[in-house]
Amino acid sequence: MKEQFVMPAKLRTISIVLLAIGILALIIGIFALGGPVNGTRFWIVLLFNAIFFLFMTLGSLIILCAATLAQGSWHIAYRRVIEAVFMAMPVFAIIAFIIMMCIVWGDKSAIYQWADKTLVAHNKLLQKKSAFLNPSFYTILTVITLGMWTFFGFRIRRLSLKEDMAPAGTTKIFWKTYRIAALFIVFYYLTNATSTWQWIMSIDVDWYSTLFMWYIFASLFVSSIAVITLFVIILRNFGFLEWITYEHLHDMGKFMFAFSIFWMYLWFAQYLLIWYGNIPEETTYFTIRAWGSYHTLFYLNLIINFCAPFLILMTRDSKRNYTIVAYMAILVFIGHYLDFYLKFMPGPLKNNWHIGWYEVGITLGFIGLMILVVTRNLSKAPLFPKNHPYMKEAIIHQS
Amino acid sequence: MPVKNFVVGCFAEEGGLFKAVKKVRTSGFKLHDVYSPYPVHGLDEAMGMRQTSLHTAGFFYGLFGVIAALGGMAFCTVHSWPLNFDGKPHFPLPAFIPITFEFTVLVSSVGMTLTFCWLCQIMPGVKKHIFHPRQTDDLIVMAIELTKDAQAEEVKKWFTDLGAVEISEQKAETGWWYGNFAKPAKYEQEIESGETVTS
Repeated sequence: MKEQFVMPAKLRTISIVLLAIGILALIIGIFALGGPVNGTRFWIVLLFNAIFFLFMTLGSLIILCAATLAQGSWHIAYRRVIEAVFMAMPVFAIIAFIIMMCIVWGDKSAIYQWADKTLVAHNKLLQKKSAFLNPSFYTILTVITLGMWTFFGFRIRRLSLKEDMAPAGTTKIFWKTYRIAALFIVFYYLTNATSTWQWIMSIDVDWYSTLFMWYIFASLFVSSIAVITLFVIILRNFGFLEWITYEHLHDMGKFMFAFSIFWMYLWFAQYLLIWYGNIPEETTYFTIRAWGSYHTLFYLNLIINFCAPFLILMTRDSKRNYTIVAYMAILVFIGHYLDFYLKFMPGPLKNNWHIGWYEVGITLGFIGLMILVVTRNLSKAPLFPKNHPYMKEAIIHQS
Repeated sequence: MPVKNFVVGCFAEEGGLFKAVKKVRTSGFKLHDVYSPYPVHGLDEAMGMRQTSLHTAGFFYGLFGVIAALGGMAFCTVHSWPLNFDGKPHFPLPAFIPITFEFTVLVSSVGMTLTFCWLCQIMPGVKKHIFHPRQTDDLIVMAIELTKDAQAEEVKKWFTDLGAVEISEQKAETGWWYGNFAKPAKYEQEIESGETVTS
C-alpha cells in the first residue's frame, strides 16, 4: 500500500505547462488588452478566475467541516485529498487579494462602480449603499475574511497531521477538530454573505438579490466536490489511494447529483421571483443574460449544470462507474465555470464579451497552479490518516 | 398460499449469519428469507438478491407527475380557458415550475412508498408468519425451506455447526393474509400438527 504520495513526473509536467500558458496569457494580456491601466477585460477575467478558484478550494474546507460536524465517515478515506485542496486556498487567497486591491484602489470604476467617487456623488442609490460598499471597508472585510478562512484551514490541517503522530485510539483531536469545524461553519455563514455581496454582487451595483449567497454556496459546493472527485480519480489512476472503491465513488456521485439539483433550485428561485415581480431595477440583471447576447450561454448553463447531471447521474450504475463520474466531474466543473462567467462578465463588459485566448489561457494557468499546489500539499503528508477514529468505518464503507 | 416446512436458525451476531448466508448458496439448501431487527449492510449482496427496481418505478412516477402537472395546468389556463395574469405570456412556464416540482415530489414519493409496501408485502392489516418473536428484537433469523434434497435433520446439523443459538422446525404459511394477528382458522390445525422442536 502506497501511503506516501510522490508527484508523478507526468502530472508535474502538465501542471507546469498549464501554468506557463497562464503566465504567457497574462503577459500578452498586459500589452494587448490595455493592461493594468485601462483594461476592463484584463481585470475582470483575472478577478473572475481568482474568485472562482478561491471559492472552489474554500468549498473543500466547507465539505470537510460539514462532514466532520455530521460525524460522517464517508469522506475520511480520501480526507487527505480534501485537505490538500483546501490547503491550496492561501495561494488563491493571496492572488485574489492582490487582484481585488488593484481593482478597488486602482480606479477601475468599470468593474466596481461604487469605488468611483464622482459616480457615487451623482447616484443616490450608491450613496445609500456606500456605508457597506466603499474601498476601505471592502479592504478590511476582505482581509478579515481571507485571513480567517486561511487560519481555519491551517488549524484543521495541523490537527489532522497531529493526529497521525498521536497514539492510536485517542479521540481528543477528533473532538477538537469538531469544535473548530463548528466555529468555521458559523464564521463561514456570516462571511459568505458579506464576501459574495462585496466581491461579486456589487459588480452589478444597482441590482441585489437576497438569495445570492446561497446560489454562490451551491455553486462552490458542487464544483468543489467535482474537483475532489477528479483528484481522487487521478490519484487512483496513478496507483495511489488503493482503498478507494466504487462505494466511495458512489458517495461523490450522489453529492454531485444532489447539489446540482440544489443549485438549480436556487438558480430558478432567484429567476422566478425576479421574473414574477418584474421590477425594472431587478430585471436588468436577467435582461442582458437571458435576452441579450448571453442568451446561448444562459441556457447552456442550465443544461450543463442541471439537465446533464440530473439525467446522467440518476442511475445507481452510472454513479459507480469511474469513467462516467470522471466525465461528469469535468462537465460540472466547466458548467460552474460558465455559471461564474455569467455572474461576472455582463456587468462591466456588457455585450462585448469574449471567450478567447486570454480567458482560456488564464483559466488554464489557474488550473495548472491548482494541480501544482494540491499535489505539493498531497506529497507533504501520508495519504492514509491512520489514527482517525473513523478510518476503519470509512474503508469498509458501503453506500 | 402454500404451507411449507421450514427449519429456522437464529443467530445472535452478524458474523455467524454472514458465514451461514455465504455457505447456504453453495450447500444446495433453499434459502427462504433472512429477518433481522436492523438493516445489515451487504446482506442483500451476500444473499445474491438482484438490485431493487424501486428507483426505476420512482423515475416513472416522477415523469408522470411532471406530465400530469404541466399538462393539467396548461390545459386549464392556456387551452380550455385562457387566462392573463399580469401581462405574463399565455404559457407562463416559470410560473408552472414550482407546482410541477411539488407535484412530482408528491407523486413519486407516495408512489414509491406504495410500491415499497407492495414489494415488501407490508400494509396495515396484512399479516405474515413470524418465524421467531425475537426477530424484531435481538435475533437474526434465517429460514431454510425443506425440499426433498434437504432433510430436516441435515439442515439442523448444518445450523448447529455454524453456531446458531436457537434452531426450530416449523410448518408455516409462505405468503401473506389479510386479517387479525391470529392465524386463520383453516391453517391453524395444519400448523399445530406440525411439530415444533427446539434444541
